[in-house]
Amino acid sequence: MVDKNRRNFFKTSALLGTVALGASSTAKAAPENILSDDRKGVLVDTTHCIGCRSCEWACQTAHDLPADNIHDYHDREVFKEFRRPSNDSYTVVNEFENPNNELLPINVKYQCMHCDRPACVSACIVGAFTKKEDGSVVWNTDMCIGCRYCMVACPFQVPTFDYHKAIQPDIHKCDFCYTRTQEGKLPACVEICPVEALVYGPRTEIIRVARHRIKRTPKKYIDHIYGEDEVGGTSWVYLSGVDFQTLKFPKHGTNTAPGVSESIQHGLFAYFVPPIALYAWLGGIMWVSKRKNAKQVKEEKI
Amino acid sequence: MEHEIPQQVKHKFFTPGVIVLVIIALNGIIFIAGRFLYGLGAVTNLDQQYPWGIWIGVDVAAGVALAAGGFISAAIGHILHKDAYHSIVRPALLTAMLGYTFVAFGVFIDIGRWYYIWHPLVMWNPNSALFEVGICVIIYLNVLYIEFLPIVAERFIGKLNMKGIFRFLNKPLDKLLRVLDSGLSKTMFVFIIAGVVLSSLHQSSLGTLMIIAGDKMHPLWQTPILPLLFLISAVAVGLPMVIFESLMAARSFKLKPEFSLLSRLGNYVGPILGVYLSFKIGDMVIRESFVNLVPMDLPAIMFLIEMIVGVVIPMIIFLTPLTSKSVSWLFWASSMVIFGVLLNRINNFVIAYNAPYAVEAYIPSYGEISVTLGAASLLILLYRFFVINFPVISLPAPSGVHNSNK
Repeated sequence: MVDKNRRNFFKTSALLGTVALGASSTAKAAPENILSDDRKGVLVDTTHCIGCRSCEWACQTAHDLPADNIHDYHDREVFKEFRRPSNDSYTVVNEFENPNNELLPINVKYQCMHCDRPACVSACIVGAFTKKEDGSVVWNTDMCIGCRYCMVACPFQVPTFDYHKAIQPDIHKCDFCYTRTQEGKLPACVEICPVEALVYGPRTEIIRVARHRIKRTPKKYIDHIYGEDEVGGTSWVYLSGVDFQTLKFPKHGTNTAPGVSESIQHGLFAYFVPPIALYAWLGGIMWVSKRKNAKQVKEEKI
Repeated sequence: MEHEIPQQVKHKFFTPGVIVLVIIALNGIIFIAGRFLYGLGAVTNLDQQYPWGIWIGVDVAAGVALAAGGFISAAIGHILHKDAYHSIVRPALLTAMLGYTFVAFGVFIDIGRWYYIWHPLVMWNPNSALFEVGICVIIYLNVLYIEFLPIVAERFIGKLNMKGIFRFLNKPLDKLLRVLDSGLSKTMFVFIIAGVVLSSLHQSSLGTLMIIAGDKMHPLWQTPILPLLFLISAVAVGLPMVIFESLMAARSFKLKPEFSLLSRLGNYVGPILGVYLSFKIGDMVIRESFVNLVPMDLPAIMFLIEMIVGVVIPMIIFLTPLTSKSVSWLFWASSMVIFGVLLNRINNFVIAYNAPYAVEAYIPSYGEISVTLGAASLLILLYRFFVINFPVISLPAPSGVHNSNK
């Protein structure tokens, strides 16, 4: 059995190598992940926001989610509880006490930040997330398997899941009104905002606007544009008069979320060289140890 | 040494213990039905803050690690060609085959759209660690089935004797088994090496999984060397699993434990645990993550239990001559390593995951625990079924029976 195997060994190894090479050449590229220079962004100026929650209503309506009457949204009772975007509301406004002026609470709108280097796009097992040319990060329902790895990966804990649907549960998150902006319209929340707390435009422009506002009224703002550099930059950026951690923004460095993970992943699989090398090495050990063993058996017989 | 060959264990299937396992399994099946009828939220305590629970931490992550005995024993038995250890290869292969089948099943019930489980085969994202784990596990599962085929062939060639309407199948099936068996005996080494390569890849990539969670993961566990730590711990738990199972099977079937063989295997465990410990401590010193032990909160306590009970104590026991003297030291030291790796996977995937906006902590529901325990019971029952019905465990050859293995 041993001797017969040796010739087969090389034949089959060669075959396996060909198969592996074939597989690597047909491998599709990673999901679409465009970082266009013209990508859009939104500046959220939390010092402008009055907490009318019209943006919430507009978002519900634009995404065919239960919306009810817009007047119900002006009820400020909801602010008693801290809320997060969920599977039936992609944006929420919260209220915080203002340490500088207790008569003027701070309202903060949350939604997907649309990262420049999105963790969800990198993590998704089937590549159901894509970063589009206009800066939006969108999710494809036809591909998703519902594994929820995007929720594990997201540095802002944004994607949400239909836990109570047995069939075709979806991942939900703000899509930057991708269909609306493709038609030339503004994102629904930006369009409805009555106090221009939301400014839509090319990301480079809105960063310029943000920096200008800080420079013009340095007493009003802290000198930090949240999202300019956090996790490698986000399409949505924020201005605030108080520290961002008091507004419950996660403290992030400038490293991109998928950076370390992707370099490990690509290191382990660089052109399939490490796995094939390991295969060859183990094959070599097996061949040598088999020969040694066969010799031993022969000697024992003598 | 006595001449031993793999053969079916002559023992009845049902015992009081087995009936308890059947009840636990049925309890789990009820909740699995609930999950498929009413969705994940009906059975689990998962929410928008905690997307992964014990089904991923235990059934999938720990399941993969504890099935590592399969590739470790294949490497020792077939690649290093240590003939003395051949008797551990089949039981370990069976555990790996059943273990990975249940890992796949765990994934199947945990993903929201179970009917799209095939999507990763045609929709590729090479940037995703989860994609790599998924693909490797799928291929490895098939490799394990192929590696097990010769055992099925050995059991049934020339012995197929189905009655009634299936009678006409006896001959073609026998022929098929013979063709497969002779084909595989020439090519098996391809699958054996592939199994070891695939295992090394996905055992380590399982460690890459949580890296992307960044600072959402507790610094006592989050480190860029997680893939290396996962691989070493999988290698470390492989032999203790083999020892543990062998001793459990010996006890359950009232066989003589293969003590001298198992204690020789145990000699490898101490040094591997030492390597693991030095990497872990080195990493903690370099990144100064040990400061997180100071608050003595839940993560710190879980971390200390994992390291002391799961790594340090069994390492000391395995390195002292105690284990080569007594079955119970060997058993307890192995059990501790298994417990340590199980806890490590739970810690990495559940305890270390720090949901930034969680209102209350995740505690697994009764349904989740039932499903996890049910799956484990079902696995043990299947293992028992296989060793009773297939030549897996090596026993002294009865006189007059020739070795059909060669």
